[in-house]
Amino acid sequence: MDTLVAQLQRQFRDYTISLYHQGFLDDQFTELKKLQDECSPDFVAEVVSLFFEDCEKLIGNMARALDQTGNVDFNLVGSSVHQLKGSSSSVGAKRVKGLCITFKECCDSQNFEGCVRCLQQVDIEYKSLKAKLQDLFNLEQQIVQAGGRIPQVDI
Amino acid sequence: MEEELHVLAVDDNLIDRKLVERILKISSCKVTTAENGIRALEYLGLGDPQQTDSSSTNNVMKVNLIITDYCMPGMTGFELLKIVKQESSNLKEVPVVILSSENIPTRVNKCLASGAQMFMQKPLKLSDVEKLKCQLLNC
Repeated sequence: MDTLVAQLQRQFRDYTISLYHQGFLDDQFTELKKLQDECSPDFVAEVVSLFFEDCEKLIGNMARALDQTGNVDFNLVGSSVHQLKGSSSSVGAKRVKGLCITFKECCDSQNFEGCVRCLQQVDIEYKSLKAKLQDLFNLEQQIVQAGGRIPQVDI
Repeated sequence: MEEELHVLAVDDNLIDRKLVERILKISSCKVTTAENGIRALEYLGLGDPQQTDSSSTNNVMKVNLIITDYCMPGMTGFELLKIVKQESSNLKEVPVVILSSENIPTRVNKCLASGAQMFMQKPLKLSDVEKLKCQLLNC
């Protein structure tokens, strides 16, 4: 008979693995988890939360810069993209990071339509990751509330 | 007696600062973070003489290691490295590690040529600091 805890743990394991396999997360996220322990039990959630705040802020900057019709400062957009690329790389947000690479190329070649497209994609992507990680954190909470331990998932 | 390594970590990115700080703390280091080169120099006692008063020079820290991001607005990590290495005081002996997301050979070479202890790729991992500590403490 499968206990609630075992079911939740299996869900958690499967969901985590799928996030890696679908390219949402890379091994830097695994590195983040290594930095979490009893002394710093919410480290991953804190860092990830900072990241999403960063996304919102930087995307706002990029949108404003791209809105200056006829007078777009591509260096300004590029510098925000560079920062976002750095942050996404640091938390293991693989798809966001990949989009930033393309985005940077559009900035460097002053490709306005390309930039606008990339901006839309980055916005969608970070929000998607945010929702998925929220689901993952919710599963963790459910496991703990059901009296279980969060399994270590080896990718 | 094993002393704690005191590390000054410099990075303009808040997330990266948080990461470096956590990694260093887990690695039993004392950490001070700075968000830019100017701040870093102030901590090291090399701030603007006109702005520094006697109370802040008393807070000058002894650091055993500086880890700095390469790419920062204003003063780059490379510029910070050069300032530290050009010091006439003991400060020039402090190892400086440069972190960068881009492993460009000319960038790596110029940092090493200017006295950087190491050039490491971002993002920093726990195992990187373990290796670094070993190198510095001659394990």
